[in-house]
Amino acid sequence: MAAGPMKIRATFAGGFTDIRVLMTHPMETGQRKDPDGKLVPMHFIQNLTVKLSGKTVVDGQISQGVSRNPVFSFRIKGGARGEKVEVAWLDNAGESSSIEAAIA
Amino acid sequence: MRASVLVFSTLSIFLAPSWAQDAKKEIERYRQMVAEGSPAELFEVAGEALWKKKQGPNNVSLERCDLGLGPGTLKGAYARLPRYFKDADRVMDLETRLLHCMVTLQGRTPQEATARVFGSADRPSEMESLSAHVAAQSRGTKMAAGLSHPKEKESYELGKALYFQRAGAWDFSCASCHGEDGKRIRLQYLPVLYKPEQARPVVSSWPAYRVSTSQFITLQWRMNNCYQQMRMPEPNFGSDTTVALIHFITATGKGEPYAGPGNKR
Repeated sequence: MAAGPMKIRATFAGGFTDIRVLMTHPMETGQRKDPDGKLVPMHFIQNLTVKLSGKTVVDGQISQGVSRNPVFSFRIKGGARGEKVEVAWLDNAGESSSIEAAIA
Repeated sequence: MRASVLVFSTLSIFLAPSWAQDAKKEIERYRQMVAEGSPAELFEVAGEALWKKKQGPNNVSLERCDLGLGPGTLKGAYARLPRYFKDADRVMDLETRLLHCMVTLQGRTPQEATARVFGSADRPSEMESLSAHVAAQSRGTKMAAGLSHPKEKESYELGKALYFQRAGAWDFSCASCHGEDGKRIRLQYLPVLYKPEQARPVVSSWPAYRVSTSQFITLQWRMNNCYQQMRMPEPNFGSDTTVALIHFITATGKGEPYAGPGNKR
């Protein structure tokens, strides 16, 4: 499955930036079987990075434990309205996707 | 001994209701958490792209589709469905109308357009994503299904009759499950859908993302699946039967501001 849509929301309040990001991904664990009884190959997001104005603020490694179509939220100290937030992921199949937004 | 029995009985009086309360509160909290980052939004985004995608023999998009408020008007359109459409001379719900547009605007055959109306977690259907996109444009608009045209009244009455019509191998009707307060299947309370106060929160949250199956589900799917669970023959997609039932339920829940696409367990 090609990378589907992503959705992001970033808001600034009281000195903190709250980022919420939704992503489309099958997040296959490699343990599920298809109707023919064959294992569905592992396919999950491995790396997740959050950048604030080009500076990496979150560099996460995740695996099969995360659900399909995951949602992540982060609270970052600092930031400012209008500043650019970029969230990107890379999965074990080499597929990647990213989205960016200005802090509101 | 007597003292301890007393203590126990006093405790149980206070514990039992509070446990039930806590469970209900925790379920509510879980729902709230899921709703805040609802993957339904991803279907809205995918649906918007499909809405604008040129398809079919005519190679046109659905952007000129008339959902009742004029060609291309989406804002508030879902809240007024199901309603009577003069061009088709019948009452249509959202999905039936989308199908109508696929056939009339895009020149697709009904067979091709309905070949895959209910998707899977791996591959959502076109109809599901489109429903998410269109319904989302009615957020905040009060639900008001059409009830003035004679055909609309007829459809509403048919839906009402079907709701209570017992049939099939198990002699079930919709009211067999959705007809008594407080009934539930596992953790799901079954709303009594002919009561406005119970229908209102339901109609304002469909179509919805179903967390347990990672799928976006529509009202046509719900009718289809309920009939399957009742061991009835499978209804046709967009048939008068399914539209009438959706019409009856939606009209019963009228007045509620649309808050979907929602989340189901």
